[in-house]
Amino acid sequence: MRYPFPVGRSDFIQGDEAVARAAILAGCRFYAGYPITPASEIFEAMALYMPLVDGVSIQMEDEIGSIAAVIGASWAGAKAMTATSGPGFSLMQENLGYAVMTETPIVVVNMMRGGPSTGQPTFPAQGDLMQAVWGTHGDHMLIVLSPSTVQEAFDLTIRAFNLAEKYRTPVVILGDAELAHMRERVYIPNPDEIEVVNRKLPANEDEAKLPFGDPHGDGVPPMPIFGRGYRTYVTGLTHDESGHPRTVEPEVQQKLIGRIFRKILDHKDEIISYETFELDDAEIAIVSTGIVSRSAIRAVKMLRERGVRAGLLKLSTVWPFDFEVIEELAEQVRKIYVPEMNLGQLYHLVREGANGKAEVELIAKIGGEVHTPMEIVERVVG
Amino acid sequence: MMYLKSSYSIRDKYLRKDMLPTIFCPGCGIGSVLQFTLRAIDDLGLSQDEIVWVSGIGCSSRVPGYVNFDGLHTTHGRALAFATGIKLTNPDLKIIAFMGDGDSAAIGGNHLIHAIRRNLDVTAIIINNFTYGMTGGQVAPTTLKGLRGTTAPYGQFENPFDIAQLAVTAGANYAARWTVFNYLQGINSIKKALQKEGFTLVEFLSPCPVSFGRRNRMKTAPELIRWYQKITVPLAKAKKMKPEELEGKVVIGEFADRDRPGLVREYREYIKRAKKMMGWEQ
Repeated sequence: MRYPFPVGRSDFIQGDEAVARAAILAGCRFYAGYPITPASEIFEAMALYMPLVDGVSIQMEDEIGSIAAVIGASWAGAKAMTATSGPGFSLMQENLGYAVMTETPIVVVNMMRGGPSTGQPTFPAQGDLMQAVWGTHGDHMLIVLSPSTVQEAFDLTIRAFNLAEKYRTPVVILGDAELAHMRERVYIPNPDEIEVVNRKLPANEDEAKLPFGDPHGDGVPPMPIFGRGYRTYVTGLTHDESGHPRTVEPEVQQKLIGRIFRKILDHKDEIISYETFELDDAEIAIVSTGIVSRSAIRAVKMLRERGVRAGLLKLSTVWPFDFEVIEELAEQVRKIYVPEMNLGQLYHLVREGANGKAEVELIAKIGGEVHTPMEIVERVVG
Repeated sequence: MMYLKSSYSIRDKYLRKDMLPTIFCPGCGIGSVLQFTLRAIDDLGLSQDEIVWVSGIGCSSRVPGYVNFDGLHTTHGRALAFATGIKLTNPDLKIIAFMGDGDSAAIGGNHLIHAIRRNLDVTAIIINNFTYGMTGGQVAPTTLKGLRGTTAPYGQFENPFDIAQLAVTAGANYAARWTVFNYLQGINSIKKALQKEGFTLVEFLSPCPVSFGRRNRMKTAPELIRWYQKITVPLAKAKKMKPEELEGKVVIGEFADRDRPGLVREYREYIKRAKKMMGWEQ
């Protein structure tokens, strides 16, 4: 198969471009989008590449339509993605919930900018963390990933597709305006270097008849995609294992939503990924995600130079959240600092995880500039 | 001359028995339009496995749940946006979007306009009962002036949308409107629509005695049908009438029947163009 960009070597590209190339290498063949800063370059790259790999790239009338088309494409058998930023992400929330409820594998990228409302379109922020997790209505479970470098944007995009396919779930990638537009060296692997996961399809008639069942005991039903003679009925209403609407029996809702939670939480060790830096003997920990982690790494080095035993826990997965790892960390260290580009979102999760075993302090910053390492250092050393 | 099979054979062949009974009220017209659609499919000999039914939210949007086909019951107003993804991913599938007037023309109005503009290869069957039936009889963007709904209890004061005409203007390859009383025209229109490339739309005035008729002194389906006979004007006759004579009337008939290339064909050409421009193909 011929690719419209060089593979098996490094390139110097934007975060947005890296997401697009990774998506194509992960098997994405359907993209629907709507122009928005700072995610438009993902769309533009997809528009350029998709026809060349016999895929679809289409500009919809709004972000509601974009995510809807992506979900439709997924049920027709394609790996599908859309990308946006704050205002568009808000519009996508209802259908994001639909994807959760119908267990549709899709990837949604949100290159975060300052908000609320139109806010700061060209400046980075991390104000959509809680929205990515809890933005759609009702109890739900999904996966949220957060890259901090252009290479990670590439790697986590491939991972996002694999997780979406494996667990039949929407996966959100939370980048930011800085990462979207920043150029860095990225290694674009050969296709044979990449592990690509494809969704389970029904192995037999019985499995096809229960598109929302659990025949394998892992909580993830095989997906009887359209046009294969399965005659699958898919609805956002509360439904039983066969997909029939059953909206007035409490146990049907309990079973369905219970399984949607379980299929992610039972596999959270496999889903959650993080990196540690100088944590082994640390008495001060920094917990961060996304773009701020870059400053946090530097801050740890600077603190070590000053004799402070600091370390970093960098989260690549925002949700499901690893409360246990935070608690273990809290047992080890004296204090945890949480630098983030909002007025406190990750902070609350970390505090819950720390469970009172260490003090947790927020280093909040809004306005569109990433924390400098010095800003973090100064807060730690006082 | 059309040979009509019994309704029972149509029911047994196409409906999911385990999903019955339907949620529809006595006198509701949705079942009739469903029957027209199934008869059209049957007459054309289309396979159940090559059609996907897509819908939004509302009474008529429950239809894909009752038919034994692939079906996607989506969010309110968004059926055609979902359909865009299905059709472009697997162009071999025929798509029927079964929608209500509130679903397609209010909350989904923008998707409707743009799906038609793109000439997305979909057949839209629109149930127009002038009301939001499922939520209890609120006025819709189709409600004719003066008619009552729970959110305009003193009579609708806004202008109505003409869905079929909107489809013509936005570029649909086929657009027709009938009442559920127009049995043969209805079936024939759907047959035509299903065979054409691009966007095709058939709108049906459909009685909702419970949520709409009751509030407008027409408590039964026959009363609503008689009212349809009074307010509808066939297209040929309407052409000879003055605008003021058509005030408050609803024109029925075929409004567009043309063969512009559909979105699938356009996108295939686009792929060829892209590969040529990039030097991948001659």
